[in-house]
Amino acid sequence: MSSETAKPYTMVVGLEVHVQLQTESKMFSWTGTEFGLPPNTLCDPVNLGLPGTLPVMNGKAFELALKTAIACGCTISKYTKWDRKNYFYPDLPKNYQISQYDLPFSLGGSLPIPADNEGNGGKTVRLTRIHLEEDTGKMVHTSGQESEVDLNRAGTPLLEIVSEPDIRSSVDARLCLEELRLTLRYLGVSDCEMQEGSLRCDANVNLHIDTPAGKIATPIVEIKNLNSFRSVERALNYEAERQYAKWKEDGLTIKDAPKETRGWSDPDGVTKLQREKETAADYRYFPEPDLLPVVVDDAWVARLKAEIGELPRERRERFEKAFGLSEYDANVLVEQGKDVADYFDAVVARTDQYKTASNWIQQDVLRTANAKGIRVADFPVAPETLADLISRVGRGELNTQQGREVLGKLIEADGTGDLEAIIEAGGYKMVSDEGPIREAIEAALAANPKAMEDLKTGKKKPDAIKGFLRGQVMKATGGKANPNLVGQLLDAMLSELGG
Amino acid sequence: MQLTEMKAAELVAGIAARKFSAVEVAQAFLNRTEKLKHLNVYVHLEPEVVLDQAKAVDKRIAAGENPGPLAGLPVAIKDLLCVKGEPTTCGSRMLKNFRPPYDATVIEKLKSAGAVLYGKANMDEFAMGSSTENSCYGPTLNPWDTKRIPGGSSGGSAAAVAAMTAPVSLGSDTGGSIRQPAALCGVVGLKPTYGRVSRYGLIAFASSLDQIGPFTWDVPDMALIMEAISGGDSRDATCVPDPVPNYLAEIEKKPEKLRIGIVREFFGEGLDPEVEKSVRDAIALYEKLGAEIKEVSLPHSKYGIAAYYIVAPAECSSNLARYDGTLFGHRSADYSPANDDEKKLPALVRMMMASRAEGFGAEVKRRIMLGTYALSAGYADQYYNKALKVRRLIRNDFETAFKEVDVLIGPTTPTPAFALGEKSADPLAMYLSDIYTITTNLAGLPGLSMPCGLSSGGLPIGLQLVGPALSEAKLLQVARMFERETPWHTKRPNLTV
Amino acid sequence: MTKDEVAKVALLARLRLNDDDKGRYAQQLTSILDFIAQLGELDTEGVEPLAHGVDRTNVFREDKARPALDREDALANAPRRSAEGFLVPAVLD
Repeated sequence: MSSETAKPYTMVVGLEVHVQLQTESKMFSWTGTEFGLPPNTLCDPVNLGLPGTLPVMNGKAFELALKTAIACGCTISKYTKWDRKNYFYPDLPKNYQISQYDLPFSLGGSLPIPADNEGNGGKTVRLTRIHLEEDTGKMVHTSGQESEVDLNRAGTPLLEIVSEPDIRSSVDARLCLEELRLTLRYLGVSDCEMQEGSLRCDANVNLHIDTPAGKIATPIVEIKNLNSFRSVERALNYEAERQYAKWKEDGLTIKDAPKETRGWSDPDGVTKLQREKETAADYRYFPEPDLLPVVVDDAWVARLKAEIGELPRERRERFEKAFGLSEYDANVLVEQGKDVADYFDAVVARTDQYKTASNWIQQDVLRTANAKGIRVADFPVAPETLADLISRVGRGELNTQQGREVLGKLIEADGTGDLEAIIEAGGYKMVSDEGPIREAIEAALAANPKAMEDLKTGKKKPDAIKGFLRGQVMKATGGKANPNLVGQLLDAMLSELGG
Repeated sequence: MQLTEMKAAELVAGIAARKFSAVEVAQAFLNRTEKLKHLNVYVHLEPEVVLDQAKAVDKRIAAGENPGPLAGLPVAIKDLLCVKGEPTTCGSRMLKNFRPPYDATVIEKLKSAGAVLYGKANMDEFAMGSSTENSCYGPTLNPWDTKRIPGGSSGGSAAAVAAMTAPVSLGSDTGGSIRQPAALCGVVGLKPTYGRVSRYGLIAFASSLDQIGPFTWDVPDMALIMEAISGGDSRDATCVPDPVPNYLAEIEKKPEKLRIGIVREFFGEGLDPEVEKSVRDAIALYEKLGAEIKEVSLPHSKYGIAAYYIVAPAECSSNLARYDGTLFGHRSADYSPANDDEKKLPALVRMMMASRAEGFGAEVKRRIMLGTYALSAGYADQYYNKALKVRRLIRNDFETAFKEVDVLIGPTTPTPAFALGEKSADPLAMYLSDIYTITTNLAGLPGLSMPCGLSSGGLPIGLQLVGPALSEAKLLQVARMFERETPWHTKRPNLTV
Repeated sequence: MTKDEVAKVALLARLRLNDDDKGRYAQQLTSILDFIAQLGELDTEGVEPLAHGVDRTNVFREDKARPALDREDALANAPRRSAEGFLVPAVLD
């Protein structure tokens, strides 16, 4: 179980996530959305907020937003509009952000937190709303008295996803965020690279502390600058400790102190109070007169639903039900990305050895892909070939060890190897004849008299001794012996010898 | 006849037929403009730039190319339409050094029609005003009486045509800013249906009300320009893609059955008797011409000014927020704290506050304050949201009226041109000069003002026609009926050059 | 509208006002707001607000990228700039 549960408080967390949509062009104008270009080289009159310019909504951005909401089970608004959020800041060229206020395109919905194998997750987090808005530019502090404004990012389509405070641990917060990233990547909505800022997360956190006088809630803190999944977890842990210590010191509760904003400093491992704005926020929202409202009908939603296909949570369920995988295995295959689960699907479409397929993909395939730095979609062994190999192992033509060696050779051949030829050339044929195996067992016993003695005196456990002897036999047969047969014969011969 | 006395249609035809060259036309207007400098019509005018465009047109004609429907026609431009690389200042100190890196859609359209972009015309700062006195360049004078205002905010554009320093011009109308100066300067001015002409490149005052439109001497010229500038635009989401009628062909047709509505509320208190008489005469003429005249009511129109002075300032407070000295426009040279309160503010905030204080004039600041207040927490329901509901009621009034009549008729303004300085000290009195035009903007409808008489003091009087959405062809037709029977559109101010 | 309210709104609107300005705006805005108060006479219960100039919906553009402005053009109107960006008084977070 996660460490927080031992503490005298419960952590209460809600997330506010910003996700850049994967569009070719900006939300309201025609320049691109690439990351990492030199400052101010992705600007047009509209995203610079130049006098006289007007926004026109990117249809793809709106559809990606809708898809996200549909996938999260949100209620899609039949009528939605855009509003101006007015505040002065140099990274916001118009000094208003086009956003959504009282009629966002979706409300409600939820995100599952999948279970890990340490007892975390396995819950559902409710969403408050998802809305669409434009991203701001960036401020870079240069030297001394001045800051530099880079507006490349200004006007990139941005989804704001706000959760209810349903999360109760830092691990769950991370898992929830990971599930969101996975879902958005499945949908092709965003590449969700936290390092590049296409997925950004703020967390609202406070503590519910059990005291003899009843439950007490600490003041809410909004943590900003969370730029990695690890920092989400670390910052929440830090902040919980800090809030608890502070409460013990000053006893302030949610009723006594306003919400404050703290920035996470990753190198220092602490949250720091951010300077309060000089004026109280009064965003003076009003309907954006330059953009017309949008009416979303059922047919539109149905069309997008059809385009979405299977979501990660649905896929996990199918892997468990259709292929008998454990919740853990199903999750590993799904959470590694769509191409991994696709690969698994392609393999199990051609073999009934589901468990072996799952194991080999989780181990050999993923390990190799990671080592080579390639995506599983580009894995050198076609899923058809792997399915063939796994089937042969299942039929007893090769043993597992041989199968893995063959897979290794296929990988080495980088997609050009022929399965049949590799098996032929390597002599990968499992020996299931009793004669040679008996001979090998006898030889092993003769060479290791101490093993027999240990077995009789009970000095070592029988399983350990059998395992050792089985290894000797496999070695002597060049790994080709049928391991099941080795086991059976070994058992029989040892009991004959009175073991 | 001198070139500067010709109508746009005659100039275009003459240039195309090579009776005279585009350069000769441009030079004639430049000469006249030079002699009428005291009117303060233009805030930027570079003769070489004008002549270069005219030369290019002449070259195309000489080469036998199709030079476009407005080839060689000088068009004066209100100084809030963006012209690539040219000063576009909105009559504001804030934008004195601003040169947009792009052309407004109407500018692109004019260029591709072969028009010659003439000078940038003076205006009330950011189009806020009814007299062109709120310009950082000083007021434009009314060509009919230089002690009087030309109207506003497109006073420069109206005076440009009235003084014959340009054959046509473009302005913009948010609460009457085309029709009111057209009336006071004795020319034809049209505010098209909201969305008929693209606003891309029109520096915004109040986005849901602004609309670009032309000033001309008569209705056929109006039809000519409207055809060139109307139509959908992928860069303006509020611009409607409906096909543009052939206005020129439509105007000579006579409406078969014409029902004209007299708006009862436009003939009440505050209407100058001479203005009323001219308008009544015009109505009588229409009746003589076979129109059915009915009295109709727009019961909520008396709330128009109040609703407008919430909606427009609210939008303006947001539209003008971008002028803060960071990315473009004026930046204050000294933003050190002016008092103890400012010492608490970061330098960035002080820079913005000082830049805006220096860059904007009094009326702009007044409206920004009003709009900011009307949208602020605790007041938005009482003011902004209430005004939007009243706006709906005002539009409903028009919809009801147009079930009974085809066009509405009335005065454009309560009085002829007032004296310079007469209303500058009293913002509310100034606002009331738009009383008959403002509801049209709130409802998004087309409105046209045309000359219908002269006061005993020799000042022009304007007649306003208002139609349903996208009824410009009908409005022009009805206006043309009157024009054919009357001399008012041929009257010119007496200017010694 | 009091002078204090004027000062608050002026800060929200980023307008530097001196004491005279505040007094004048307090008086002028009060008289304008008094005039606007007539809207209160109207019963607008159940009336749908009208925020747009045109009664249409669902206007979208195609998701196609076109070339950006040259950086020199993008920065051309900047009151203060470096080689690659707009410069403003320092912002420290």
